[in-house]
Amino acid sequence: MGAFQESLPTLVDVKVLAAMSGGVDSAVAAARAVDAGHEVVGVHLALSRMPGTLRTGSRGCCTIEDSMDARRVADMLGIPFYVWDFSERFALDVVQDFIDEYSEGRTPNPCMRCNQHIKFQAVLERGLALGFDAIATGHYASVVEGPDGKELHRAATWAKDQSYVLGVLTTEQLEHCYFPLATTPSKDEVRAEAAKRGFIVANKPDSHDICFIPDGDTRGWLAERVGEKEGPVLTSDGEVVGSHQGAHAFTVGQRKGLQLGFPAADGKPRYVLEVRPKTNEVVVGPKEALAISELAGSMMSFAGADPVRSGIADDLSDANGFACGSFECQVQVRAHADPVPGTARVEAGELVVRLHEPLLGVAPGQSAVLYVGTRVLGQCTIDRTVSAVHEVARG
Amino acid sequence: MGVYLDYQATSPMPESVRDVYVDALAGIGNPSSIHQAGQRQRAVLEDAKERIARILDCEPIEIILTSGGTEAINTVLKGAVWATQAVRGPDAPTTIVSTRAEHHATLDALAWLQDNENTEIAWVPVDSEGVLDADSLEVILADHRATMVTTLLANNEVGSMQPMADIARLSREAEAPVHVDAIAALGYVPVSFAELGVAAMSVSAHKVGGPVGVGALILSRHAPELSALLHGGDQQRGRSGTLDVAGVVAFAAALELREQQRRERAPRLQELRDSLRDQLVGAVGEVVIRGSLESRLPGNLHLTVPGCEGDVLLYLLDQEGIQVSTGSACQAGVPEPSHVLRAMGVAEDEARGALRFSLGYQTTEDDIALVAALFPRVVEQARVAGMASGH
Repeated sequence: MGAFQESLPTLVDVKVLAAMSGGVDSAVAAARAVDAGHEVVGVHLALSRMPGTLRTGSRGCCTIEDSMDARRVADMLGIPFYVWDFSERFALDVVQDFIDEYSEGRTPNPCMRCNQHIKFQAVLERGLALGFDAIATGHYASVVEGPDGKELHRAATWAKDQSYVLGVLTTEQLEHCYFPLATTPSKDEVRAEAAKRGFIVANKPDSHDICFIPDGDTRGWLAERVGEKEGPVLTSDGEVVGSHQGAHAFTVGQRKGLQLGFPAADGKPRYVLEVRPKTNEVVVGPKEALAISELAGSMMSFAGADPVRSGIADDLSDANGFACGSFECQVQVRAHADPVPGTARVEAGELVVRLHEPLLGVAPGQSAVLYVGTRVLGQCTIDRTVSAVHEVARG
Repeated sequence: MGVYLDYQATSPMPESVRDVYVDALAGIGNPSSIHQAGQRQRAVLEDAKERIARILDCEPIEIILTSGGTEAINTVLKGAVWATQAVRGPDAPTTIVSTRAEHHATLDALAWLQDNENTEIAWVPVDSEGVLDADSLEVILADHRATMVTTLLANNEVGSMQPMADIARLSREAEAPVHVDAIAALGYVPVSFAELGVAAMSVSAHKVGGPVGVGALILSRHAPELSALLHGGDQQRGRSGTLDVAGVVAFAAALELREQQRRERAPRLQELRDSLRDQLVGAVGEVVIRGSLESRLPGNLHLTVPGCEGDVLLYLLDQEGIQVSTGSACQAGVPEPSHVLRAMGVAEDEARGALRFSLGYQTTEDDIALVAALFPRVVEQARVAGMASGH
């Protein structure tokens, strides 16, 4: 694809801020930025005021060991390296948001919030103010120069594609994004390259859990912060079939941990269909009832040209703001989920997607990222869904 | 190498000291060995200790060599508590009197004693310039049977000199032994252990151009005995571990050279510092000078810049080849708002914009001129960046 070469000229006078987590991906990304001839400065983001000393297993990216790993890579690349403290912003915009969202019965994606508010907003803005032209990260995604400006696309290979978590990028942010791993087909190649460069992080395990919950026990972590309170587990008909210790611990689509004690009438497992934090109720039902036919959200953004500027939808904007007619797309609701086809429109400040195939277990708070082919068009945070079974609105 | 203005972090080793250090490394034998080679090394070591003792105005026998300032401080604080417990029983109450503006070596050792030995820490307030309040000390000493009083001679961040005469007198009246952390002060102001009249004093070689990993606890022959922190071969009183002959020789050489520089050039150093202060204040109106204006280390300039992040200022200066410090403790480079500024009553927001310039005897007028010329643009850019990242 040659995406980043096109979007970021190979010039020595381009100043690149390389965000270095201490992991192998961002290390190789920084190295490639240096190889491309850019003036590169490495930064490690301190996101916790009380960082752990050593990395444990596959969790976390914010320990002192991670910071030291990042520094060692920067040393080997011969680039300056600094630690930037964004712990306050992170506590507010990511951690507190996570708690608030769960308290509201929603299922947030903290990595997207971090990309949205920290990495590509606070860090990028500070970088631009300090004279940098671009921020380089180890994400697997491509920035391509399209007919209407920069476009965000999936990575070269599906398996490693991380464009979903970048769906929150705005057009302005995209202008300054540089993903040097865009065209790398596999993580193995990145690891091999890191080993060849002599990086100590070449075989470091991937981190794939929530970085601020180091032991991985999200339910226990939330219980400590939100508190536990017994409430009923209901069917859609209102029949009480069990109890729980706090609605916040549940997420739509969840099957495990319901502890209902006896099987449903049809003998099939039951799933969480809805979480009602105000009344501390958890609604369960059969798997089929999880299917939704429509989703919508008002917190939306477009990565690059919006559907009207992209020429795929009619402009219906009015005094109340942006609106557009229907357009075909694919929608993805989780980082590693398959996308499904749908028809989207923006109406009354809301992005509404009518799905052509039902999606299962979609919770308010998740992000729906819209694709046209490999291109990321934009996203919304899901506020409400419509059940495919009874066409019942939820959320 | 640009302009180095971080002498209080560590002071570069002068070439003459480096030569002495390297030569001394050729010495053969352990100074604790009985054979002739060991005796020769012992002689070299004792000679170096005598030279150090002359400058510090103490007796050679009062010098306990350590691996640096941190070990010296930990030895004296923990050793005093443990020695008290050894005499009066493991549950005997212990109290250490100190301030919240101490170096982390002291604060963290005190926190450990509080948590593990049930030691009470009685905090004496510091004023807005980081100076210990002697009246409060008097009240606290009247209320507590202090196991030890520990304080800086000069604050390592804001440079303020502490009222040592008052501290020593009040403590003597209360029969409380005093430990002085002279690490930041040594080489910049006169330091006489005898004149201080205290029980103990910590010093470090690398702050005066000696090697890192060498320091000393000066423990008065009249001071109560300490329990040891490090156990082993009993090479020194209360401190085990093979003695670092070359390190101590280099310490002695560095200290002698530094003392000569101090006597000849401390007023000049202060002039340079004042010149930098005036130029920075003149160029960027709103900077706030922190610490005492009258009584401070001659090479220390500490300021806060409203609306700026210290680490951004540091980054921008670093890009221009100017090395300074935010003056606060860093773990893995994570900046914390300075506990010294917080103890002085500076709001956290203001404390974030802190910068410490520490000048040394190698600092030139050209260095100062360069910093002064760049500073307005650096501050302007840091303000924009500060606003961008939402602080």
